[in-house]
Amino acid sequence: MTKVCFYFQVHQPFRLRKYQIFEVGNNSNYFDEQKNRFVLNKVAKKSYLPMNKLLLNLLDENPSFKVSLSITGTVLEQLEAYNKEAFESFKELGKHKRVELLDETYYHSLAFLYSKEEFKEQVNMHKKEIRKIFHKNPRVFRNTELIYNNELAKFVEKMGYKAIITEGADKILGWRSPNFVYKPKGADIKLLLKNYRLSDDIAFRFSNKSWKEFPLTAPKYAYWISSIREPVVNLFMDYETFGEHQWKDTGIFEFMKHLPEEFRKNKVGYLTPSEEAKMEPVGEIDAPYYISWADVERDLSAWLGNEIQNSAIKELYDMEKEVKKTKDKKIISDWRKLQTSDHFYYMCTKWFADGDVHKYFNPYDSPYEAFIRFMNIIQDLKIRCENKNKEKTKSKKEVVA
Amino acid sequence: MLGWEFPPFNMGGLGTACYGIVKGLTNNNVKVTFVLPRIPSRFKGNEKVENNNKYDIIIAEEEANVKKIIVPALLIPYITRTKYNELSVKEKTSSSGDLYGKNLFQEVIRYKELIKQLYLKGVLDNFDIIHAHDWMTYLAAIELKRLSGKPLIVHVHATEFDRNGMRYGNQKVHGIEKEGMEKADAVITVSNYTKSVIISKYGINPQKVFTVHNAVEFSSCSPSENFEIKKHDKIVLFLGRITLQKGPDYFVKAARLVSNVIPNVKYIVVGEGDMKNQMIRDVVRLGLASNFLFAGFLRGKDIDRAYRMADIYVMPSVSEPFGITPLEAMRNGTPTIISKQSGVSEIVNNCLKVDFWDVNEIANKIIAVLKYKALKNELSKHGLIEIKKFSWDKTAKEIINVYNTLLRAQ
Repeated sequence: MTKVCFYFQVHQPFRLRKYQIFEVGNNSNYFDEQKNRFVLNKVAKKSYLPMNKLLLNLLDENPSFKVSLSITGTVLEQLEAYNKEAFESFKELGKHKRVELLDETYYHSLAFLYSKEEFKEQVNMHKKEIRKIFHKNPRVFRNTELIYNNELAKFVEKMGYKAIITEGADKILGWRSPNFVYKPKGADIKLLLKNYRLSDDIAFRFSNKSWKEFPLTAPKYAYWISSIREPVVNLFMDYETFGEHQWKDTGIFEFMKHLPEEFRKNKVGYLTPSEEAKMEPVGEIDAPYYISWADVERDLSAWLGNEIQNSAIKELYDMEKEVKKTKDKKIISDWRKLQTSDHFYYMCTKWFADGDVHKYFNPYDSPYEAFIRFMNIIQDLKIRCENKNKEKTKSKKEVVA
Repeated sequence: MLGWEFPPFNMGGLGTACYGIVKGLTNNNVKVTFVLPRIPSRFKGNEKVENNNKYDIIIAEEEANVKKIIVPALLIPYITRTKYNELSVKEKTSSSGDLYGKNLFQEVIRYKELIKQLYLKGVLDNFDIIHAHDWMTYLAAIELKRLSGKPLIVHVHATEFDRNGMRYGNQKVHGIEKEGMEKADAVITVSNYTKSVIISKYGINPQKVFTVHNAVEFSSCSPSENFEIKKHDKIVLFLGRITLQKGPDYFVKAARLVSNVIPNVKYIVVGEGDMKNQMIRDVVRLGLASNFLFAGFLRGKDIDRAYRMADIYVMPSVSEPFGITPLEAMRNGTPTIISKQSGVSEIVNNCLKVDFWDVNEIANKIIAVLKYKALKNELSKHGLIEIKKFSWDKTAKEIINVYNTLLRAQ
């Protein structure tokens, strides 16, 4: 009997406001509160609230139904600040005993690539936050954008996780199927791989009228899954797929609503990531290079593919010591909010000339605009660090004197 | 086709566009009889002259698909009434007396008569379509349509609104433009931006208006042209006519703000125009005299050299129907800031876009390019890639589609 594992990613970044160079040194308010509030409320209304309700109903009606979620610290902060109703609704869902929560970096960052220490701190922050809000202790880790390599697997093993999630990319799988549990090379934990074809059928192709399988119905999809005859199909996607990327009028909610019934008819069961982690691995996966779940390339090029992205992120992580030396909560949290991967995604110039999915998700006019805001803000943050650290050495001297 | 002087004898974008369009059309096997005015003192002397009573008609450069008919007239693109008067005084002393119109409008009417004579004398070959560029040729084109019964296309590269910073300009010019557009069987605009202007301000039926964007030829910039440029300071470039339309005043204001943050920046102004003196006064008043350099009017390779010397090119136009210069800058690998109030901003992405009035933002973006090297490199690199997707051949194909629509309708 085939089982499915649903994992949905819930995330929103703190978008930057138009920050001009003339504000450097005068204004340490970096985030577009109005826009962030607007987007959060829009997504909550179109996606989070109806989908949370739908999942809670499915959990009630189907005793075997299970899902897992990974919720970033940045979206939790915004939910709590801007939309109490959605926050409470997530709380109810996340506390359900058949809902598993995953760990990741609190700020949905690329920290692992630049600072292991910072990475660890952010993962622990997330763990703490999840425990505080949901009283749960995640056992499975997912890194930002499913970015992954052997080294990361080893690192999170040391942090005590039982399994790690990544993309079932062809380049690491070769001829093998993603529908089994594997083990990472050099680490003694489990590796769970996204079945991108079946996941993307829902996430990207669901409403695509030129797709030959359009329209996708619950019976058809359940039939596909049941005919796989492999142990587990990992269906990983953004939570915003439901209602935001695929609008309500595409029938996405109806599809999800009927899926468990069709799964039952076709004898498709459910697993959570930590249940998968108890299964025996069928083989070892070697990922010496980074992979991710983005674009056709399945690499880092959406965030770190050009000169502006690389120079911005370098400048950000070069500040780490100075930032942490300040011990100033606000400075540190501002710095961390700038680490959210979305900021670098907005600077992506791949196919910018053609306009595409990157453009759709970009709140600014252009990748260059995103870069300018970001860099101007960093200049200000640097000044704040300098001032703070100067102040501290000064007061220290005074104490000595 | 009733058009304007080709490069390198042109002034501004109109001649460049005519050249590109004719080249694109002939590449696509369209035969063009290209009629253009030339100021007599600019004749090269080796033209074949056909004496035609009162008027000298000069036919030169007959190529495979192009026959150029050059007509002596005191018309040049963007000429103002004052400039015309200056010019006519100069030309009258040097050539055949009181031949020319007393003022610009009379000259435009005289040009119409001239074209009429050409037609009646059979100098113009059999043609299927009349295609006229900008208002000074419209009266002649309407006359040709009346005489020949052939369909007329007017090609709008600019309107009186653009030339006057979106205020009503000269009523006579406006009237001729309106008449041309109304009597035309089709109107081609160089952008959707201009299309919306002629629909809303001239009341033209949207169904006969077609947008065909201009282009730029990538190959015309040879890589072997390696300019050795020695410079110490960062350079910000303004290149264009120094007129209300091009926003030189906004450029100066932005320069002031940039210099507050980065003092040793040089601003090079290439071009001439009726606002030059005011611009110089503003520069001095704002304490930027040592930062500004007025290079005057440049041609050909010197223009490319100016782009390449610059760290950034700024086009803060108040109203720009198209704007070829940003494409030229990008072709030279120069990062570019363009006004959102321009047609070119509809078709390019790898540049920075601003509202012309938002001098803070113009300055912010100039500073960003000067300060963040990665931004400069990225804009340069992707600009060069993007520019390759434009070609006059593509523009010409879209024009041919308009031709075919009209010919089918006949």
